[in-house]
Order: sequence, then structure tokens, then C-alpha cells
Amino acid sequence: MAEMEGILTAAEWEALGLSLRVASVAVLADLPFAFLAALLLARCRFPGKLLVDGLVHLPLVLPPVALGYLLLLSFGTRAPLGAFLLNQLGIRFVFSWTGAALASAILTFPFQVRAIRLSLEGQSAGLAEAAETLGAGPLDRLFSLHLPLAAPGILAGAVTAFAACLGEFGAIITFVSNIPGETRTIPLAIYTAIQTPGGEQAAARLAALSIALALAGLILADWVSRRMRALVGQ
Amino acid sequence: MKTGVELHCTQGAFRLDAAFTFGNAPCVTALFGPSGAGKTTIIHAIAGLLRPQAGHIVVGNETLFDSDRGVFVSARERRIGLVFQDVRLFPHLSVRANLLYGWRRSGMQINADTVDQVVALLGLHALLERRPRTLSGGERSRVALGRALLMNPRALLLDEPLAALDAPRKAEILPYLERLVRETKIPMLYVSHALDEIARLADRMVVLDKGRVVAEGSLFDMTVRLDLFTGAHPIPGAILEAAVVRHDPAHGLTELAFGNTTLIVPAVSRGEGDKVRIRIDADDVMLALERPNAVSANNVLPAIVTAIRADGAHADVQLSLGSAKLIARITTRSLDRLSLRPGIPVFALIKSVTVGGREHG
Repeated sequence: MAEMEGILTAAEWEALGLSLRVASVAVLADLPFAFLAALLLARCRFPGKLLVDGLVHLPLVLPPVALGYLLLLSFGTRAPLGAFLLNQLGIRFVFSWTGAALASAILTFPFQVRAIRLSLEGQSAGLAEAAETLGAGPLDRLFSLHLPLAAPGILAGAVTAFAACLGEFGAIITFVSNIPGETRTIPLAIYTAIQTPGGEQAAARLAALSIALALAGLILADWVSRRMRALVGQ
Repeated sequence: MKTGVELHCTQGAFRLDAAFTFGNAPCVTALFGPSGAGKTTIIHAIAGLLRPQAGHIVVGNETLFDSDRGVFVSARERRIGLVFQDVRLFPHLSVRANLLYGWRRSGMQINADTVDQVVALLGLHALLERRPRTLSGGERSRVALGRALLMNPRALLLDEPLAALDAPRKAEILPYLERLVRETKIPMLYVSHALDEIARLADRMVVLDKGRVVAEGSLFDMTVRLDLFTGAHPIPGAILEAAVVRHDPAHGLTELAFGNTTLIVPAVSRGEGDKVRIRIDADDVMLALERPNAVSANNVLPAIVTAIRADGAHADVQLSLGSAKLIARITTRSLDRLSLRPGIPVFALIKSVTVGGREHG
């Protein structure tokens, strides 16, 4: 462990841990909503579907800084929503790692929805008909058929979103600031190191760490998605 | 009380107006007709995947659909087993889980013996832990059959279950289907345009064309009608039920009888007195005006010409042998040469007889 600590400084370890925590929470919190949105877009026809589709994809084209600013306006402790959450439920997003997770979750929502939607749309209607004649109702079919068959897509979306979360910068720094140990994730730590005289080495180490993380993530994702596809018989 | 199936529905330019007997007796009804005749529409309507504009569907005294009374039982609650042409096994489940999918949702008490029986009937034991992806086409078809059987269905609908298989796979599945038909007491609707399958499996036949029922009746009566089969589906020839009279081991032959007629065929592995289904193709029957004395054919049967239909170079001649009927396909040249017409006595020379696997107890 002492040797490991030699590679990175304590503050850098902290940034790494924080990045992983923010990304994990953001991805997991997104998952149920992303699945519902994907199901809605893949299976239902309703007025205003184009608008919902647009809203889901908005974070892809919105400047992250703008989103961070909007979040600050909504969840700041003086804003009505932020004040309500803090006073009634004791939840505070600003200047907290949970705020970083919230911002990351919103920004990477479209990645998950797109991947899950594609995997739902790729499922043959014939299998659902077969399940229906065998006595399965809509909810039953969702859990016994559509969800397991969508698993590779769900996983692919989660991995993409996780990777995107690790790189999030603009929305985090605008919404929850750059607080060491609380909101300073790896990208913010790199930024801080560059701003600090003599910090080039630290910046380079952190950049290398980012690359290693991204590569490991991609390889893992590929392996798991192969396993998953084999499991669901594709 | 309404019985059977009566359907009226319009899909674009296609209109279906079909009524036939089905679902109140444990027998196999073949639904026969060219592509686009409405066979799959009927299957989907009976299964509840499609709601006809008008009509009724009564299976086993249970009204599943009645437009007059506003009854429409959903596909989920119908308990109609459907074997799809494209099989549709669940790819993410093992063979065992596929088999039990419908059973677990039937809300019925079926003991493990029933599962074992179906597994044995269809020869699925070695496949239980495998995934559908790893099965051959024939194995998949058997699993699909088992899955539909184990849901404890009121009726079984088979939508061209062998159409996607090549000839060797078909030959592999047919014996299983024959056992299934013999050992279960479920009404079955067997959609096919392969007359050889129908000849082996069905008891009754509904002939469909352009959304209408052209003819309906016992298989024995339908296959000797001259007006039903044309073009792509030439007349299949007679399908008869015969009894094993005695075996002649010295010559490797068996004597069969239907009505007052005796037939000699290659040895049949059945006991004396057993009923067997035989098929005499129209192409395998020759006609003579006088009894030929020196011919190789073992079976020379006296008959009366009852009807003739000439079509181009060929003529189909319907013959009566007591209560049974045969079809002979000859050239129109021979027809003229022999001056055949209804009422004339002839001798039918049978070149070959197919003894099909189905017994009637």
C-alpha cells in the first residue's frame, strides 16, 4: 500500500476515489429513469413524443457550464427548490459531491436512454406474442422478456455514461465548485494542477491516470458485454 | 349454443369470411390452402393475437370470442397453445425454462410426471440445460411443441411447424408429431400446404382459398375430390384406413383390407387386426378395361369410374371400390383411347402403396 501511495499523492488518491464515487452514483441513479424513458420512447406513441425525445437528448448539445448554472439557480440554498430540499429533507446539492453526481447524471442521461432504447427496439415483436399466448401479461413480459433481452444494451449504456461522467468538468465546477475532497474530481484536479506553479508533473500523472481508467473501462465493457450477449443467447 | 369458428375480418384489400368446425373433438384438423388464403390470420384470431370484426370462436365449450355478445378473451387468458412457423423460443432461457414458461403461468397444478411425460414424448431429456441458440432446427421445433403442450392448452394450433425445415429434419420431427397426435387428447389445428404431412397427421381437412372455406370434411373424403386440387397442389390421391389381415413372412408381404377390397403390401410391422393408414397416390394407379392376366402388380382391383376431370395432358379419374374411393392420374390420350366415362367398370393396377405411421385404436 505504501508503494501504491508513492505513485499518487494523497490528494490525487482522493480525487480518483471521488471521481469513481460520483460516476457510480450518477450511473446507478440514472438507470431506472433511463429505462423508463427508453421504454416510453421505444414502445409508446403519444402526443408530444418528439418534445420528450428532444428533452432527453438536450444535455448532449447543451453547454455543460449552462447546465451547471441552471442547477445552481434551482438547487442553490436560496432558491425555492434548494431551500425546500435543505429545510424539509436535509438534502443539499450545492458544494457537495452529491451535486456533482446530480450534474453528471443529467449530462449522461441521453447515453443510457439511447443504448437501452436501441436494444428494446431491436427485440422482435414475435417473442412478445409468444409470451402472451403462454399467459404472460404486460408487466410479466417486461421482467421475464424485455428486461433480460435488453441487458447488453443497459450495460453498454451504463459503461458509456460512466466514462462520460469521469470526464465531466464544466457543470461540476459551475454548480458545486472545486472543493478538495468534496467536489474536486480528476478533471478538476488536473485543472487545479495546471493553474498551480510547478504542477505540470501532477497534471501529467493525473492525465495518465485518466487514460488508464478510460482504457480499462473500455476493455472491461467489451468483455462484459460479450459475456452478457452470450448469456441472453445472442 | 355456437360452436367452432366463424370469422369475418378485413385487412386492407384482404377479406376473410371463414366458418368451420373446430375445437370440440380431440382430432387433428388440417387447414390447407395456398399462401395468402388466410391461414395465419385464422390462427392469430383463434390465439387472440388479432380481433376479428365479427364472428365467434368456441373451443371446448368455452366462448373465447363472440362479437354479438361482446366477448373477447385476451390472448393471455385463452390457453391456446400456438407453435409458430418461426419457432420463437426465448433466447435468454434454457430449454427447461422455455418448456416451463407457459406452465408456470397457467395457474394449474401439473405434477412433475406430466413434465417428464412431455420431455420423454418429444425426446428432450438431453437438451434441457441447453440454450435455443445451440439447438438444431429440428430440436427447436420439438422444444416449441413441448412448450405449447406444457401450458395445458384447450387446443393446439400449429402454424406450418415444419415449413422452415429441410426434408431430413421433417422426417425427424414427423414421428414425434404422430406420437403427439396419438397420445394427447387435445383438438389440434394443423396449418400446412404440404399434403404429405396432412396425410400422415390429420383426421379432418378444411380447404381455404382467398379467405373463404372451399370445402370441409374428413380427410378420406377430401383427398379424393376432383374439384379441390389444382396447379401447385395436384390431387394427392386416396388416403384410406385399412386393417391388417395376415402376414406372409415367406414373401415379406402383408395383406390389408378396406371394405371388401384386399391389398398386398410389403411387410408392415403391426399385429393382425390393427388399423393402418394407407395412401395410394394418383400417379401410382393405372387403369385397364379388362383384367390383365400377366402383370407384375400384386394389386389389381375391380372398380367403377365415378367422375373424370381432364386438364391439359392429364386426367384425374375418380374410382369407386365399394365404399372407398381412389384417384388415378392418366394422360388425356389414354382417356380417349379407353373411352372412359362415369359408370364404366375398370381394373385399377396399384403400383405402390404408402403405409403411413398412424394407428387408430
